[in-house]
Amino acid sequence: MTESVRTPVGAPAARVRGRVPLRVGPVSTVLRLRPLVALLGGLAGLLLVFACDLALGDYPISPLGVLRTLFGGGDAGERLVVLQLRLPRALTGLLVGAALGLSGAITQAVVRNPLASPDLLGVTTGAGAAATAVIVTSGTLGGISGVVASLGLPLVALVGGIVTAVLVGLLAYRGGVDSFRLVLVGIGMNALTVNATLWLLTVGETQDAGRAMVWLTGSLNARDWDNVVPVGLALLVLVPLSLLGSHALGALQFDDDTVRELGVPVNIARGALLLGAAVLASLATAAAGPIAFVALATPQIALRTAGTPRPPLVVSMVFGALLVVGADLVSRTLFGSLQLPVGIVTAALGAPYLIYLLVHRYREVQT
Amino acid sequence: MSRSSATGDPSGSGPASSTSPAPHDESPAGGRRPETLPAPTERDSAPPPERVRRPDGTARSERATRSDRLNSRRRGRLLGLGVLCCLLLLSCALSILIGAKLIPPGAVVDALFASSRTENNVIIYELRIPRTIAGVLAGSALGLAGALMQGYTRNPIAAPSVLGITQGAGLAVVLAVFTMGITGMLGFIWFSFAGALISALAVFLIGSIGKGGATPVALALAGAAISALLQALTSALVLLDRQSLDTYRFWKVGSIAVSDMGLIQRVLPFLLLGLVLGLASAPGLNALSLGDDMAAALGHNVARSRAIGITAIAVLVGSAVAMCGPISFVGLIVPHIARYFAGPDHRWLLPFAALGGSCLVLLADLVGRIMARPSEIQVGVMLAMIGAPFFIALVRRRRLMRL
Repeated sequence: MTESVRTPVGAPAARVRGRVPLRVGPVSTVLRLRPLVALLGGLAGLLLVFACDLALGDYPISPLGVLRTLFGGGDAGERLVVLQLRLPRALTGLLVGAALGLSGAITQAVVRNPLASPDLLGVTTGAGAAATAVIVTSGTLGGISGVVASLGLPLVALVGGIVTAVLVGLLAYRGGVDSFRLVLVGIGMNALTVNATLWLLTVGETQDAGRAMVWLTGSLNARDWDNVVPVGLALLVLVPLSLLGSHALGALQFDDDTVRELGVPVNIARGALLLGAAVLASLATAAAGPIAFVALATPQIALRTAGTPRPPLVVSMVFGALLVVGADLVSRTLFGSLQLPVGIVTAALGAPYLIYLLVHRYREVQT
Repeated sequence: MSRSSATGDPSGSGPASSTSPAPHDESPAGGRRPETLPAPTERDSAPPPERVRRPDGTARSERATRSDRLNSRRRGRLLGLGVLCCLLLLSCALSILIGAKLIPPGAVVDALFASSRTENNVIIYELRIPRTIAGVLAGSALGLAGALMQGYTRNPIAAPSVLGITQGAGLAVVLAVFTMGITGMLGFIWFSFAGALISALAVFLIGSIGKGGATPVALALAGAAISALLQALTSALVLLDRQSLDTYRFWKVGSIAVSDMGLIQRVLPFLLLGLVLGLASAPGLNALSLGDDMAAALGHNVARSRAIGITAIAVLVGSAVAMCGPISFVGLIVPHIARYFAGPDHRWLLPFAALGGSCLVLLADLVGRIMARPSEIQVGVMLAMIGAPFFIALVRRRRLMRL
């Protein structure tokens, strides 16, 4: 589908539509236009939506005012609204969306299944089950869960997600990590964690169940700088690492023997990439609750928009951020009084677009 | 597709008829059994039908040993089917014998033949027997539907709850509570049925509109998109309305504690239709697992067999969910367990999945009743607690059945 053009040495490379070969001395690369356009479009959209997210709301501020405030000006009211309320919230949304998009893209590319996502492999649901346990039992049981609850839901969710992911990896390990086996074990863990959550919801009081349901939908309400920092730091570390691993990701599309011949240590690469994806998804869940659908859909949306053979990492990341920040903007401005959790709006915005892309298939993708 | 490989008799005696060597139908494939793609099983090409089975100890050509191996495999599968049937009968018996109130077996047997309305008889007739029937029906419907979905999308993660069909039923139920204040399963039944049907239809249409028709990937993604959309709407309604939340969180766990034969009677015809359609789509599924082009080349009407399959899935899931709520996990896990024992041939896999689903649901319900006496733990939760470890242990085995 996207094979590079092989030419005999010395012969001028044949030009292919939509591809620009770049040569600087001995280094050469091929720029493909469509992914680039998708990326730039996504970034432009993200910038626009992010700016609107800072300016719009119950207390509208002019774009100029926002800029002024960001650079240290503005009056006390503007400073409070922009710097303490809207900026951390929008940044949390951006980082969470990016983390989920990247996590989903890695998972789908490694497992080679368009339905694979941290949600379906038990990672996010593990985080959700841990958090639900704390919400539902802290009111009635106190004691141990009370101590846990004081550590804060984010930490509980983070630990829950990572523990589940490691368990899936260990259970699926048999002298190597086989993708298919991993998917099946993931499904099993997902079923366990989802049903544990459901059971906890029926055991708890209605009030606690309601609180847990709100958390389980994913929300950006009342997010402050404390939510931004951990996700931001983790992304700073993990994004470059996963991009470095994207070479291995390309190789992993083949069967294991071929991958070994290409010089990629299959199991280490697969395990490391998936662990990175799990950590990203758990962090995102810790910061904003399990926002469903983003990790599953944005890689597929990115792949279909950019016309690449497998989910493109950077584009998925940008699209994920765009989707979450856009959903936050919509839920705050259109449904201001309803306080719809962002997790609901992401699906309401993303699903129609995915359906549109499915109906207008620009290319048949075989995953 | 003329050869229906199953009689649709869910008791399990029917599908056994499909064990005779495949006769020549109009497909040029003759007796070739389409084994699925990379499954590391021995090729299983059935002997031509005019060959009579030799008595043991005759010609030792390679062909004979192959057919011996084949016969031993078939014996193994038949044995498995027999074991499953026995297990199902045993589970049914236990499900009627055991419950919150201790009723001695003798009294149970008396109750089955008596018509007086003693307390024991009422418990047996109005609680345990409906519950057992509901478990058998819902389990087989969900197991079969899951196997069909995984077959049509060629995706091991496909299941009623992943592809939005359960969510459709859930949204309809919440709407019923939200707009009309309806409560109780009998009030929900047509809502959840309609919701499941509509969402299945939507998934199929969206998955097949685009270029290239209903490819597995398109179906899977359409299901994921629809599922997310419906779940979002449901969550929004539930968050707005406390009564809906209370109803929904209990409905969502699923339970086979159906205390009303009327409910079962209303759903039964649809469910049986679904079972027949589902089991009948086995040959088509086998052909499809070779890829659409190959299936078409073998003389199968690809579009028609997909349409039949989707109809079967919608009707099965719709009736099971209308009866018992969305019992998760059965549709996802049972097909994999069935594939482990039955191999990739759908003519075996589908009956295995249907029977296995029934057994698993009944046993899980039973354990849930015993563990938390005198109350009980919902069957969906119990299923995951028992089924998931078993499933993971199975997956860890060396011989892994791929799709």
